[in-house]
Amino acid sequence: MSKALYELTIHEALEGMRRKEFSAVELTRSLLERIEQVEDQVKAYLTVTADLALEQAAAADARRRAGEEAALLGIPMGIKDVLCTAGVRTTCGSRILENFIPPYTATAVQRLLDAGMVLLGKTNTDEFAMGSSTENSAYFPTRNPWALDRVPGGSSGGSAAAVAAQEAMAALGTDTGGSVRLPASYCGVVGLKPSYGRVSRYGLVAYGSSLDQIGVLAKDVRDAALVLTVMAGHDPHDSTSMPAPTPDYRAALTGDVRGLRIGLPEEYFIAGVQPEVEAAVRRALDVLVDLGAEVRPVSLPNTDKALPVYYLVATAEASANLARFDGVRYGYSAGADSILENYRLSRGRGFGAEVKRRIMLGTYALSAGYYDAYYLKAQQVRTLIKQDFERAFEQVDVIASPVAPTTAFRLGEKTDDPLAMYLSDVFTITLNLAGMCGVSVPCGFDQQGLPIGLQIMGPHLGEEIVLRVAHAYEQATDWRRRQAPLSIEA
Amino acid sequence: MHLTSDDVRHVADLARLHLTDEEVRLYTQQLSAILDYAERLQEVDTSGVPPTPYVLPLQNVMAEDIPQPSLPNEVALANAPDKANGFFRVRAVFEE
Repeated sequence: MSKALYELTIHEALEGMRRKEFSAVELTRSLLERIEQVEDQVKAYLTVTADLALEQAAAADARRRAGEEAALLGIPMGIKDVLCTAGVRTTCGSRILENFIPPYTATAVQRLLDAGMVLLGKTNTDEFAMGSSTENSAYFPTRNPWALDRVPGGSSGGSAAAVAAQEAMAALGTDTGGSVRLPASYCGVVGLKPSYGRVSRYGLVAYGSSLDQIGVLAKDVRDAALVLTVMAGHDPHDSTSMPAPTPDYRAALTGDVRGLRIGLPEEYFIAGVQPEVEAAVRRALDVLVDLGAEVRPVSLPNTDKALPVYYLVATAEASANLARFDGVRYGYSAGADSILENYRLSRGRGFGAEVKRRIMLGTYALSAGYYDAYYLKAQQVRTLIKQDFERAFEQVDVIASPVAPTTAFRLGEKTDDPLAMYLSDVFTITLNLAGMCGVSVPCGFDQQGLPIGLQIMGPHLGEEIVLRVAHAYEQATDWRRRQAPLSIEA
Repeated sequence: MHLTSDDVRHVADLARLHLTDEEVRLYTQQLSAILDYAERLQEVDTSGVPPTPYVLPLQNVMAEDIPQPSLPNEVALANAPDKANGFFRVRAVFEE
């Protein structure tokens, strides 16, 4: 039985279009039909741009007929709704931006569009990317395609679920504390978080500016490497984007990991890790050893301090970043009688519970009398966490761990306990604090059929090495061939 | 308990957030629990450790001073809740 077009990887689709087996319009129609079939169950998209997608697909076909071969020509993707898209509503999953239409497009998205990407729509997210389950979206929660009563992870849950449900060939997410890698793990897809500074943040609505980075959710490592190749690199609009050359990341996918040193941090194999998760990760390491890699113990002793550091640093930055929502220049306005009351009411009504909680925490950490004890202290411990990684990467090439302590939890299970929700990110936030890169790659399923993710972490600008290891592992295993068991309503 | 409800009201005022009484009650309890958890940072000896506000070695990035087109006035105002004569309109800030 031949595959439906929506089932293809980006590479397969590019090859099919190059051979004139199908057009970008046909491919896009296939994805749009798939969205119609399964979106009621999954709820991955906040906005579907069907007409625009078909226009862009027709333009891609015209470019191809004219002899052009752009890197993503005619490839339909989803974009997390915290990335600005000119003329297309961008809500950040928040009521405060319910009717916001950006006047410009984020650099990362523009680079994909210039390379021929077709925009299928904007994917659901925890409000302002604050969350680990996508339940903090002001609109609706997204469901995990592998088990509809489970969360897809967050905050890029819409993007991960869209790829897992084959409602997008790939999608952009953002990762401030694990928001690409966690949903990738829960949804059984590949999630790449580049190093801080690798991809321009221009046009990404800011949450934690020293931590935010745009990443990719994809069906396989090769597709993720291709999307990164297109969007990486310096941008004069973002002075924190690195003026470093960007390779074609696909060239790193040699399949060869012989002699490669993989660090295993004991601090990531602790009580509270679901036994099936630990077992799957250890089996994945056995596979890499069989391929010729070497596993060594490493220590990241400040790992258990990362969560409080993150929730002080990220919220402090968020409290400043979200000050721009003032009910004056854009977004919801309460229309109160005084300007001060209008700030208070517009923000009080426009923001959801988690966003307010984080603004409060961050404001407190920065306020007079608490700055040294909380914010400054957190930044000092952040230095120690970064040094842990720097020391470890003197001994090993990459570090391997679980992405999360457990597989996907049930909708509603952690919504009343913010701290329990935050603990889902305990193995992913360390990389953001250190500014380094990592990838989540499927490495098995638990007894309930829920996907498990293997995290490969690398040093700053080490995307080639983490992609190489993830790809070698992926190609040696069959996990990517399993598909989420969605029923299709006639 | 770290925080009192008055602390929470004070912080909400600093953050320009209107909170309902129920939100004040909830955040007093939840933020206290989170701050209790953050207490573990105090165990770490950070004497002489410099803070990391930012991970890149880049500093003082300069751009060429070249005029660039900016958003046209009507585009910049397109999302404004209230506008008049090419400006954002707000309630009077100063008393007469």
